[in-house]
Amino acid sequence: MTRHQGRGMASINYPIGMNLGGDPSQALVHANPDGKFTVALSAIDLGQGMKQVSRQIAAETLGVPIEDVYVDTADSDTGPHDMGSFASRGTHRVGNAVIVAAKEARGVLLEAAAEELEVNADDLVTDGKGNIHVRGAASKSITVKAASQAAQFKQGKTISGRGIFLIPLSNVNPETGEMSPVTAYAHACLVVDLEVCDETGDVKVNKMTSAYELGRALNPRMVEQQLVGGAWMGMSHALYETPEPYYPNPEHGGRDYNEYLLPGPGDIAPHDIAVLERPAPDGPFGGKGPGEMCANPVLPAVANAIFNAIGVRIDTLPITPEKILRALKAQGGARPQVRRA
Amino acid sequence: MLEFRKDLFADERDDNLHVIGKGEQRQDMLGHVTGRTRFFDDHGFDGLLHLKVVRSPHHHARIRSIDVSAAERAPGVKRVIRAQDVPVNRNTLLSLIGFGKDDEPTLAVDKVRYKGEPIVAVIADSEPEAMAAAKLVRVSYDPLPTVFDVQEALKPGAVVVNETYPGNYFEYHDKYDHQKLRFGDVEAAFRTADHVIEERYQMSPIEHASTETNGTIAAPETNDRYVVHSCAQGLFFSLGTTAKILALESNRLHFIGGTVGGGFGGKVDSLTEPLAVLGAILTGRPVRYVLGREEEMQFGSPRGAERHVIKDGVMRDGRIVARQITSYFDAGAYTRLTSYGVVKCVAHMPGPYTIPNVRGDAYCVFTNRVPATAMRGFGVTGVDFSIEVQMDKLAHLVGIDPMEFRILNAYRDGDMKAHRRVAHNTALIECVQVAAQKSNWALSETARRASSLSGGGGPRAAIPPTVTDESGRIGRPETRQAPPQLTPGAAAPLPAYQAPPAVPVHQPPHQPVPPLPNYPSQPAGAAPLPPVPTPPVPAPPAPPQHGAARFSSVFTRRR
Repeated sequence: MTRHQGRGMASINYPIGMNLGGDPSQALVHANPDGKFTVALSAIDLGQGMKQVSRQIAAETLGVPIEDVYVDTADSDTGPHDMGSFASRGTHRVGNAVIVAAKEARGVLLEAAAEELEVNADDLVTDGKGNIHVRGAASKSITVKAASQAAQFKQGKTISGRGIFLIPLSNVNPETGEMSPVTAYAHACLVVDLEVCDETGDVKVNKMTSAYELGRALNPRMVEQQLVGGAWMGMSHALYETPEPYYPNPEHGGRDYNEYLLPGPGDIAPHDIAVLERPAPDGPFGGKGPGEMCANPVLPAVANAIFNAIGVRIDTLPITPEKILRALKAQGGARPQVRRA
Repeated sequence: MLEFRKDLFADERDDNLHVIGKGEQRQDMLGHVTGRTRFFDDHGFDGLLHLKVVRSPHHHARIRSIDVSAAERAPGVKRVIRAQDVPVNRNTLLSLIGFGKDDEPTLAVDKVRYKGEPIVAVIADSEPEAMAAAKLVRVSYDPLPTVFDVQEALKPGAVVVNETYPGNYFEYHDKYDHQKLRFGDVEAAFRTADHVIEERYQMSPIEHASTETNGTIAAPETNDRYVVHSCAQGLFFSLGTTAKILALESNRLHFIGGTVGGGFGGKVDSLTEPLAVLGAILTGRPVRYVLGREEEMQFGSPRGAERHVIKDGVMRDGRIVARQITSYFDAGAYTRLTSYGVVKCVAHMPGPYTIPNVRGDAYCVFTNRVPATAMRGFGVTGVDFSIEVQMDKLAHLVGIDPMEFRILNAYRDGDMKAHRRVAHNTALIECVQVAAQKSNWALSETARRASSLSGGGGPRAAIPPTVTDESGRIGRPETRQAPPQLTPGAAAPLPAYQAPPAVPVHQPPHQPVPPLPNYPSQPAGAAPLPPVPTPPVPAPPAPPQHGAARFSSVFTRRR
């Protein structure tokens, strides 16, 4: 029995948002009389962090502290229309709608402050800590709270904003496939180090090393959660999962987590990640979306590393021990390829 | 471990931001980690009823008869729902955006097309009573021949799975049995290539395996409306689907959701919402319909299987000169979203590389299995696996390091993509360089110096003279097998393409705020306020047309 070391890589890009566009998102932003803001959406938080990323985008755009913003989603009576959380569209589409809505609300906030300070609203800036002051004259200031109270009870202004973001729908040419699929792409390259046992066919992923380009990491900790978890899902897709192990034979599907194979805590691999940020010209603060794409490079990188370890190509997913052993038998044993670092 | 490479593309970013770029804790984190966050199934109602469906044990069968009399008399049973009780018992999910023909019943009529297809729903006081009563429903079947392989299903004379699409393929543009991509002339390039290799890749179906299974609780409100606690990934998408199937105006449904226990694409199909609401309508009581784990794993729609056959022409120096991809997406018995995934796959060909000749043919194929749906990387994950393993094989074939091979062929700013749009904002090369550096993978000086910002465009921005063909006309499978023909005039260059602005028309987020709608400053205590500017209300959809957008001529066949 020998455990053969192997190293493989893959590089990918990923389209952000619904293919062909035509997928609008709306947002409504409003303040209570104390200058505390609510962002109303109908976007879905599946655990990916939709609420938090919307909250940070709103706080940044409004120019107020993050604790002064909460996101309310999703209630079809109060949240405006949104296509949904899929196609890596949440951050890009909803984020842009939130920016538009928050800019409008900020505009009213500054108008209210300008009236109280008796200055021109164009000369006002926010400090991100709950204050509004004249550019270059920090002493000439008013709190967001005082400006909001004045707007509500004295000036009769509603500090609110509405936003929508829509990439117009693209045609597809039937003859050539010419189309405008999306406006932003994320990128990645990932290296897998693994070992393959030539007696059992077992594959142990030892390490993943990667570079992901995401436009801008709006919240680095949530990005890390996405990338680490998503890459494990990619590993699982490569080596473990399917409800039809002998596809296209439809039988032998798992009925629960005992029968449907997934990696356990002892199977997951450490992941060393570099994040690159090339802002998308139409992304919210340049953000793209790490949601789906983080899993994609892992599948081929695992397959390529297995080839590097034992010299067999498994072109059918998942790459189970059975497939490896059959391929090794057909080849007459392992043929390790050139070692890479 | 996470590190930032702020040195790269630094001149394209403003890093002086207050909140963006900070690892702030989520507003919902405390609820999640203390188990107090409320998901759809955490909403209790007095008098809650439970719904379970009777599913087909056959992959393909004619339904001879259905007898629900014993089930109706079973303990605790309040109502049995049959196909004729569903107001609009035929739908396709993407009808909301005008794409495709209605092809799927909520409850099967006459025929079942996959194992697990719902036939009858039983509503009872408790879940065990609903399950026990469901077992008493007597359905007699005439089993039919089945087809499970996509390429078998496409053969003339194959078993017809879904009569809406009698050739077992989704119909594109009212013209073809697949979606085409044509860029340049792959056949001519294969003839000049130093090596030509063709390889076949297969991705099996995958279960989403979310912690929370699909489910809905629907309850009558006091105002002739229904509140719906939903796990949907698209709240209004599910609301629109439910409204269409139940023939209700959309404002009679009040959907609440937004906090979902995992989705990955498995909660886009509205698997439970329509029947739960119909149950609430028919019984006047709250109804809960939640899939058990076994139901979810066996009959909840999975990521569909994909088969990709890739033929490449490569030169000894490593340049790929032609790539041809034939893709088969296994939709299962009904369209759901696979037709859309196919077009997304075609948009993604030939991967993040600049290849001067590309041909793609992608099919959405019907087979007798559980309908497939979207999953993380929909339309892309399978073809990325295939392309990237193929890239490894090509690099091996020409004896070039796989990282160097990627950089050599990588797309760069200014390059023309196969779908005839200019690439911009690219960063593949930098990702490869950084991954190589982090993993101590040695790169040549040339590879280390390469950049996405230079070396693209120029001749690489050209749209080559392109060979088109009329292969794969709807209803004429013989044209699919026929060798590619030059249609009259097709060999001539296409009319020069007018590139649109890189980004479609919308308000760029970084531009200064446009003039706000009237907010006249007015003295405090002034007399009547001016009318508040009314936000433009989106035009109300005409009753038969659900949803906001309409896919354009691509998807002309509508219902």
